[in-house]
Amino acid sequence: MSNTMSFRSSLLRPLAACALVLGLGFGPALAAEGAPKPHREDWSFAGPFGHYDRAQLQRGFQVFREVCASCHSAHLFAFRNLAQPGGPEFSEAQAKAVAESYQVQDGPNDAGDMFERPGRLSDRWPSPFPNEQAARASNGGAYPPDFSTLAKARTYEVGFPGFLFDIVRQYQENGVDYIHALLNGYKEAPEGFSVPEGAYYNEYFPGHAIKMPQPISADQVTYTDGTPQTVDQYSRDVTAFMMWLAEPKLEERKRLGFQVMIFLIIFAGLLYFTKKKVWKAVHDHH
Amino acid sequence: MDRAFARLLPARAANFGAGATRADRNAVTGIRGKGTIVATTGTAETTRRDFLYIATGAMGAVGAAALVWPFVSQLQPDASVLALSSTEVDLSQIQEGQIVTVKWRGKPVFVWNRTAKDIEEGKATQISALLDPLARNANLPADAPATDENRAAKDQEKWLVVIGICTHLGCVPIGHMGEYDGFFCPCHGSEYDSAGRVRRGPAPENLAVPPYAFVSDTKISIG
Amino acid sequence: MSGHSTFEPKNPALKWFEARLPLVGLMHSSFVAYPTPRNLNYWWTFGGILSLMLACQILSGVVLVMHYTPHVTLAFDSVEHIMRDVSYGWLLRYIHANGASMFFIAVYIHMFRGLYYGSYKAPREVLWILGCIIYLLMMATAFMGYVLPWGQMSFWGATVITNLFSAFPVVGPTIVEWLWGGFAVDNPTLNRFFSLHYLLPFMIAGVVILHVWALHVTGQNNPTGVEPQTPKDTVPFTPYATIKDGFAMVCFLIFFAWFLFYIPNYLGHADNYIPANPLVTPAHIVPEWYYLPFYAMLRAVPDKLGGVLTMFGAIAVLFFVPWLDTSKVRSGAYRPLFKQFFWIWVAVCIGLGWLGSKPAEGGYVIAGRILTIWYFAHFLIILPLLGLFEKPKAVPASITEAVLGKSRGGAPVAAGASAPQTKG
Repeated sequence: MSNTMSFRSSLLRPLAACALVLGLGFGPALAAEGAPKPHREDWSFAGPFGHYDRAQLQRGFQVFREVCASCHSAHLFAFRNLAQPGGPEFSEAQAKAVAESYQVQDGPNDAGDMFERPGRLSDRWPSPFPNEQAARASNGGAYPPDFSTLAKARTYEVGFPGFLFDIVRQYQENGVDYIHALLNGYKEAPEGFSVPEGAYYNEYFPGHAIKMPQPISADQVTYTDGTPQTVDQYSRDVTAFMMWLAEPKLEERKRLGFQVMIFLIIFAGLLYFTKKKVWKAVHDHH
Repeated sequence: MDRAFARLLPARAANFGAGATRADRNAVTGIRGKGTIVATTGTAETTRRDFLYIATGAMGAVGAAALVWPFVSQLQPDASVLALSSTEVDLSQIQEGQIVTVKWRGKPVFVWNRTAKDIEEGKATQISALLDPLARNANLPADAPATDENRAAKDQEKWLVVIGICTHLGCVPIGHMGEYDGFFCPCHGSEYDSAGRVRRGPAPENLAVPPYAFVSDTKISIG
Repeated sequence: MSGHSTFEPKNPALKWFEARLPLVGLMHSSFVAYPTPRNLNYWWTFGGILSLMLACQILSGVVLVMHYTPHVTLAFDSVEHIMRDVSYGWLLRYIHANGASMFFIAVYIHMFRGLYYGSYKAPREVLWILGCIIYLLMMATAFMGYVLPWGQMSFWGATVITNLFSAFPVVGPTIVEWLWGGFAVDNPTLNRFFSLHYLLPFMIAGVVILHVWALHVTGQNNPTGVEPQTPKDTVPFTPYATIKDGFAMVCFLIFFAWFLFYIPNYLGHADNYIPANPLVTPAHIVPEWYYLPFYAMLRAVPDKLGGVLTMFGAIAVLFFVPWLDTSKVRSGAYRPLFKQFFWIWVAVCIGLGWLGSKPAEGGYVIAGRILTIWYFAHFLIILPLLGLFEKPKAVPASITEAVLGKSRGGAPVAAGASAPQTKG
């Protein structure tokens, strides 16, 4: 399944059916109590000046496309997004080429029939399954969650007083921490833990029994830029990509935020001195 | 704000009794400042105070203006609307003489497979006889004259592609109707000829030709 | 909004208009000439901040509606469409979502201030009750607004809260079905919540006008709790209060912007980024933070109807505070015992909020019960008794005296010198 520019999602469906399967349709957002807290990774998009690493998003997209997308949909993701500012920033020609490598259903035509045509920039990413029922039927009853907002839909409990410190240090990367930990959390089940049929032991998954087998292994996806082809690197890249999918305007937000902050602080300073001047007469009077 | 300040100050001075202090007088001169009223004391402070008030007021005005922008900006067509800007039409299904209506950016576009007679009529019409002498063709320069050649598809003169919206007030004209063998608008009686050019008012302009190109011999892409 | 306007226009056009509708004069007497106690501290700026937040929520909300679709199949995606495709849509949506929290932060500070300085006492009872009505309307509006994105928390929050009404005997189940417009939370529910979520803010605005009117009839309370007696005790609203409120508003906006631009999802729930699924309940159902104390009280009572009544009672009791507090002294600054009990009560509220976010099991439930009892005891037992037994400190004769005492280094008259009454 690696390195396939000629990849057609439809070809992989049978493979997908027996391969990547994610547990519990709607995995609870909170990690299970008793599960270890995911490690806080060093994300390029964290903090007040955070921004996405273009090369990382491009690699993440490659992993998503070659591995995850065979089971997971991303129905809010449009091909045009690949070329928009603040994302992986592929060229428009590259984005178009990606779009055209997929068949998209359109219609009805004048005869009233639906038909398939190559994708265009305005099209959304085609889902691997026509509906949730089909997805479940192909994945042992579990529904592989949609990637569109998934990075914001997962978190773990930080606890007191950490959750207060997170306000001050602006930490909001809990979702990606969790997903990264999950992708690296496949282990032998400990003594005495019986993993149900069709499920796999994962240290970070709530309840530990996940229906998605370890989705990626080392060297499965071929990077062209010399980045190490390890599971950790793959999961880091695809997780960053998922964050962008969920929050495509993050860079614009932080950039505007900085400008607004500077403005407000200066304005507050001016107002403070104006207020002091105006009130001086009242205070001086006595 | 300044006027409000000025109006109030005497009232406040009264609040504090007849013997207004130096600070009070300064406040008055500071606000009326700008050199119109003679400041008896503390001129340097007056200037500084003036500057502070003006700077604060200006900052507030700039902030308010900047805040308005996102609220206005959100009105523009969004990214998903802009992305849906092209439509493909298969010409092989259109019979000679037939006008097909397709939707492009939410508007009707007429694709007309014109007969030899239609083309002949279009060519015979002199520019001087037209109400609007310009081609109104998005694929040509803005000043191109409204010849039949400039109105029809490039090198394939039988195809006429125009936005099916009357240039008067936006109704959809009816094809093969009216005195000029083109389109007739039912709303206010405007008439267009076989090249989609307006021949009788009240419409001021020829039917617009949208941007389009042939992607193959039998297929055009509009937009 | 009361009393006689001293506004006399010179401009003939304005004069003509003013003789027919004295609008400018009304504005002038309400927001310019209106006498404000000179010793108000920064806790008094939250009224202005709240007006700002109401305007902010209404404006951003009206704009969001231009892009939102209230239908179960489209609501989630239309919110994401706003976040992704609409120009500055992410900003408007985050303003609205975080603005709700900021609104509640401001209203809680405003209420705590009123409770500390006895702003509910005669003659301000109606003013206080109008404020309580605004708070109730805010809770309803925020709840219905949270349903609109149609995520998992939207759906299950709506289910749990509407089910509260099923606790009422006989009519309960019917009420709930009528709230839903069906047999479960579904499209009709979403549509009516959307309609009401648009309506209620304007009702809030209406009650705010009454609230401000009542305020201008009685005049503002102040940290000493002593009514202004001479013109020396007050300053005109403009420029003094306007500039001070303006400064406080911008400081509050900095706090707002911190959340808005850097941690916009911090106050929300991750689960609400999962589209609503009527077949699967999330593992932890937690309401928005501003409901948590009430949620804790709901769960503290083992009986369904009892829990619901307790929760509503916690708000209802606020309406009666003017009569439950029997003390002759208005401001908490001169009431040493009250002051301590007030802060204990604040801690109880925060404690209940924390418990509301915890699962309803074991020690959490027991702690919840103790704090719930304390919450009610504060109003029903402590406040009435304190007025009878507490020996208050000497109250200054006037605002000016209190201010003077402080600035001259503690003259004996300024009994409440420790209170933060002259920050402004």
